[in-house]
Amino acid sequence: MSSAPQVRTPASEFWRKFKRQPVAVAALVFVLLLGLLALTAPWLVPYDAEDYFDYDRINATPSAAHWLGVDALGRDIFSRILMGARVSLVAGLVSVLVGSVLGTTLGLLAGYYEGWWERLIMRSCDVLLAFPGILLAIGIVAILGGGMGNVILAVAIYSVPTFARLVRGNTLALKHLTYVEAARSIGASDWTIITRHILPGTVSTVVVFITMRIGVSIITAASLSFLGMGAQPPTPEWGAMLNEARSDMVNAPHIALMPSIAIFLTVLAFNLLGDGLRDALDPKLDSSR
Amino acid sequence: MIAYIFKRLLGVLPTLLIVAVLVFFFVHLLPGDPARLAAGAEADEQTVELVRRDLGLDQPMHKQFMRFIGGVLQGDFGHSIRTKRPVIDEIADRFPYTLKLTLAAMGWSVVIGLAIGIVAAVNRNRWPDRLGMALAVSGISFPSFALGLLLITVFAVGLGWLPTVGAESWRHYILPSLTLGAGVAAVMARFTRASFVEVLHEDYIRTARAKGVPERQVVLKHALRNALIPVVTMMGLQFGFLLGGSIVVEKVFNWPGLGRLLVDAVEMRDYPVIQAEVLLFSMQFILINLVVDVLYGVINPTIRYK
Repeated sequence: MSSAPQVRTPASEFWRKFKRQPVAVAALVFVLLLGLLALTAPWLVPYDAEDYFDYDRINATPSAAHWLGVDALGRDIFSRILMGARVSLVAGLVSVLVGSVLGTTLGLLAGYYEGWWERLIMRSCDVLLAFPGILLAIGIVAILGGGMGNVILAVAIYSVPTFARLVRGNTLALKHLTYVEAARSIGASDWTIITRHILPGTVSTVVVFITMRIGVSIITAASLSFLGMGAQPPTPEWGAMLNEARSDMVNAPHIALMPSIAIFLTVLAFNLLGDGLRDALDPKLDSSR
Repeated sequence: MIAYIFKRLLGVLPTLLIVAVLVFFFVHLLPGDPARLAAGAEADEQTVELVRRDLGLDQPMHKQFMRFIGGVLQGDFGHSIRTKRPVIDEIADRFPYTLKLTLAAMGWSVVIGLAIGIVAAVNRNRWPDRLGMALAVSGISFPSFALGLLLITVFAVGLGWLPTVGAESWRHYILPSLTLGAGVAAVMARFTRASFVEVLHEDYIRTARAKGVPERQVVLKHALRNALIPVVTMMGLQFGFLLGGSIVVEKVFNWPGLGRLLVDAVEMRDYPVIQAEVLLFSMQFILINLVVDVLYGVINPTIRYK
């Protein structure tokens, strides 16, 4: 006999739907492994990523001594990719977290209070969204100067309006629901209503969006480094590594290929994880699609 | 319809104005003295003062702003610090290249994206769907600069089929437009599929099938038109993505367009060029979104009367 029937909580429902998607589970495992590798990279790398030069093996292809080959300056590509994971993951995660916290706060305020608050916040978001693609980030970097810190700040600002719009939409829908009305009728303060009743209702959408947005942010940060505005040599940032590898495309294409694969797999994993989370959290998608 | 277009046009004016104000303040947010920047590092104090007066930077802020807006309305963005040529001439030289590249990328990516999305939706959960969506998620995960370098390695360096850099003939457009459009095609495919799957569940599709309309006609006539409504909006947003993406792709292919001009300008701190480009890129984007809004009204009459 099995034990008593399980209680179906939202968390258990989510997990039941999530684990039915093998691709999303694989993506989650990949992301967790990558995070672990990035955390322990300084102890794992076989060579120093910035200060080790093997002048006898310049541009060498992968071998037992150098798993992913050697770059044009004689540095070990595997060590640089591994250390680069730290830079790219930090850039992706920090910028999205900062952007989502700011955006969610603004979205909650705009959706809950409406009126001039809403107009001010939403008009500012429209203005930020009027700068296409990474142009806003480039403009911010042009003002603040290059470097990874400024790139992270630029990508964070670039994420704020999308989160604000998303959360405002959710808040507008949620605040007219009966349970929110009920909370208000028993005298709950605005702060309590927003943080205890509306915020939890919008968290799942925000989490899905954060996951999807991490990929975009990693690519944006790497693009800025590729353009020479982000991480500077010899920092082993993936986009900067690709930029350095451009001049050796003809005789040593593997130098550019390795960081390309690293970015691709990382962003792909975050996107697949985001798709999986969305499918598991969206009640409309349950088994019918 | 005219009233609707007029209303939308009025709606974008405040955004345009605020963007112009931000771009104006851009110069004043730059670290260091803009007059010193324009005069060059070797210039003496007297020259810097002359340049300051010449650029109007000694005037009060509101006068500077009026002067800036007046200049912009007449197409005068000042002179490039790097080349000393009028910024508008620099931009006029580069604009056609970026426009053609963007249009080429948009053209093929919309066609391919729509096709993949429709085929995937019609064959939902079968192999064409899985293959199409695997391609699409890979497309949005591959950064354009990496894709560009890969395409150059394979088709230009390895096989020698296509030229590497430059913009002289139509063959030069193939690799950059593929690079630029890949992400858009991927987003369009995912979006079209989602929209189509939704529409295929509608009652009027069931009715069409029930009365014996051939499946081909159900898909291409009844479903496509309705599924296209959200897709058109997405296309507008993707145009912005292309404008931004061209900045990166032009650097990869050494393309003589606006994107490369901007990257060079940021490197050289050529602020009049940065200012003009940021303003033009965003104005283009705002206007494209306006066109999309109007198109949206054409496709879906209920929007117009709201």
